[in-house]
Amino acid sequence: MKRRDTLKAISLSSLGLAVGPVEAAVPEPTAPKPPIKIPGGRLKKEAERDAKLNAEKFFTPHELQTVTVLSDIIIPADARSGSASQAGVPAFIEFMMKDQPRSQTPMRGGLRWIDNVCTKRYGKPFVQCTKAQQIELVDQIAYPSKVAPDMTQGASFFSQLRNLVMTGFYTSKMGIEDLGYMGNVPNQWNGVPDDVLKQYGLSYEDSKQEAAKK
Amino acid sequence: MDQFHITKAPTVYDAVIVGSGAGGGMAAYILTKAGAKVLMLEAGGYYDPADPKYITQLKWPYESPRRGASTPFRSGGDFDAAWGGWDIEGEPYSSKPGTEFHWFRSRMLGGRTNHWGRISLRFGPDDFRRKSLTGVGDDWPIGYEDLKPFYDKTDRLIGVFGTNLPDFPNEPDGYFLPPPKPRLHELMLQKAGKSIGVPVVPSRLSILTQPINKERGQCFYCHQCNRGCQAYADFSSSSVLVIPAVKTGNLTLQNHAMVREVLTDQRTGLATGVSYVDTTTLQEVTVRAKTVILGASTCESARLLLNSKSARFPNGLANSSGVIGKYLNDSTGAGRSAFIPALMDRKRYNEDGVGGMHVFTPWWLDNKKLDFPRGYHIEYGGGMGMPGYGFGGGVENLNGRIPGRDGKTKPGGGYGASLKDDMRRFYGAYIGMSGRGEPVPLESNYCEIDPNGVDKYGIPTLRFHYKWSDHEIRQAKHMQDTFEEIIHAMGGIPLGNKPGPEQNYGLAAPGRIIHEVGTVRMGNDPSKSALNKFQQAHDVKNLFVVDAAPFVSQGDKNVTWTILASSMRTSEYLIEQVKQKNI
Repeated sequence: MKRRDTLKAISLSSLGLAVGPVEAAVPEPTAPKPPIKIPGGRLKKEAERDAKLNAEKFFTPHELQTVTVLSDIIIPADARSGSASQAGVPAFIEFMMKDQPRSQTPMRGGLRWIDNVCTKRYGKPFVQCTKAQQIELVDQIAYPSKVAPDMTQGASFFSQLRNLVMTGFYTSKMGIEDLGYMGNVPNQWNGVPDDVLKQYGLSYEDSKQEAAKK
Repeated sequence: MDQFHITKAPTVYDAVIVGSGAGGGMAAYILTKAGAKVLMLEAGGYYDPADPKYITQLKWPYESPRRGASTPFRSGGDFDAAWGGWDIEGEPYSSKPGTEFHWFRSRMLGGRTNHWGRISLRFGPDDFRRKSLTGVGDDWPIGYEDLKPFYDKTDRLIGVFGTNLPDFPNEPDGYFLPPPKPRLHELMLQKAGKSIGVPVVPSRLSILTQPINKERGQCFYCHQCNRGCQAYADFSSSSVLVIPAVKTGNLTLQNHAMVREVLTDQRTGLATGVSYVDTTTLQEVTVRAKTVILGASTCESARLLLNSKSARFPNGLANSSGVIGKYLNDSTGAGRSAFIPALMDRKRYNEDGVGGMHVFTPWWLDNKKLDFPRGYHIEYGGGMGMPGYGFGGGVENLNGRIPGRDGKTKPGGGYGASLKDDMRRFYGAYIGMSGRGEPVPLESNYCEIDPNGVDKYGIPTLRFHYKWSDHEIRQAKHMQDTFEEIIHAMGGIPLGNKPGPEQNYGLAAPGRIIHEVGTVRMGNDPSKSALNKFQQAHDVKNLFVVDAAPFVSQGDKNVTWTILASSMRTSEYLIEQVKQKNI
């Protein structure tokens, strides 16, 4: 295939054919299994595993609600982009719990830890606390270097959750646009733009001279 | 396109090739172009990077429910081209207590050429005579001049970008396509390197920055070679060697064929073909050929020979020396990453570039002045890349060290609008560096048949015994010191803790760098080597090995380019021997 044809083919098909994540379209497993639709770039066993995971549920409604509130505290909407839940982060976290079961106990236990602390302190589980109470608690577990000795488990949990929220948000369409990533399209690399070179006091002439020298 | 299998092949092929990676692919290409009738057996499925059925290139992270995280089926992540990985269901391996080796396998057409970083480095003259030069290790039975014509032909056939480096006599010249211009952080690395005497020069990757023929397109700079290229603009054995070989009409490709053993005539001692298990039907199949060529991978080819026992070959085939399995060696590897404050708040533009580094550092020092005998090169990463699984992780270890827009430093971690602002400011301000070095091959590092293990096909499995020596550990220490020097010269902040002696200075576990070589070594003395200088078995003249198993050592160079050149040399030698009726 010539490059021009490749670019054409890419702009016509590949870019337009955005195949979304496999949706939970598969009913309870029964025999014989319905045929699985295999998206492009997936092996049959991959499509089957994804469909199976999508058909499972990990979070209870209460847990999912807690995860959603916490996710939006970590990534709220602002002038440039929306919140974690608007970017579909809670559903991503739900999927990752099933995909990587080693995360399940720290996640489930961490949510219980939070509810337990809130119940002791405020008489209510986290999601029923006031916004001020929620933030008061989060402030005590969001900064690992400043955490009190009796709150360290909460800090570990919060870091785990923050990692998931960050990945979930910044790998979503919304998060990628927020960062301003401009690649993943066919193009011609011609080097760093001139104004950027100038800003950093660098040039390709110097680079060339250095290139072959020891 | 998987070919229907034949239970009892009536054909006697001119050659059967086991494995479809760099070595097997090149042998198939050369032999079929010369008119030989060849059968290629591949344990995994068919793959063509241009077939939408397989394409992951140009997909967005959100097109994967796990955003590209690794899975049991792809350890390189959901978008990586390579199927398989460190652990494959039903195909176990083991290690002796107190030792470890990690074995990466790709079960698919093209094998591990679907995974690699396209780094294409010729060995230099010194790499073939390490014992003569240093007294440690062994010399090869051939020198650079023997391989040079084949490196030259490989450059032209497959395509590689780079530049000649006249100041580096152990980095030989080649036929190079123009290298891509350095990215911003790579220019900064060059400048920093200059200030401390670490050279940073254009890299050498087998990616087409210009078209070289009508069958393959040109790079369109998506930075995703690891996903396979639908334009065939990078080197993968499937698109560049095997598919063209199939098009000659002389290659029969049999996928899902897990080879069990090499068969021999007990009277003549010659190889007669192989037997394999069809992994889809579990039927046993026997195929006959005048020549048997193994390109199954360093450890898989050793396993196959050790499993091919008979009355005439009680230690396994081609193993009268007892050397098969020994001298297993992988590259050393260690890395460090850093945050570069000068790159904060960057102007956004597309700097994806090719699927790898545009610059690298070849080995630049003299080991005579150091406390370890072999060198390493440095690979660089960084830039405004596409976010993937893991993005933003561990921010609590960084944002407490960087003053905010108001000049104040807040404690690490946090949440909310200020965290979002941190992410915008930090994007594209990271660099990473990886040292890849030459180990000293040791007889005591080996793979052998596990007396207690079989895979799901009933084929005895491998057991490894591998320990790094002080040579490699001291080399890793030097890497870590160099990384910090470079980072500080860039005004950067090293991330994580500098690994110390208790962690072997971050030296990766054996096998983790996926550059293993050496288990079926070549040599002039049949009592100390399994193959002669043409990678032909001393004991069985119609048996050849064309992967990295024959290599006496691996230089501080990734070995794929040498696998390709050596396989081409062996294939041309075989054609010549057949013409002279020696085989």
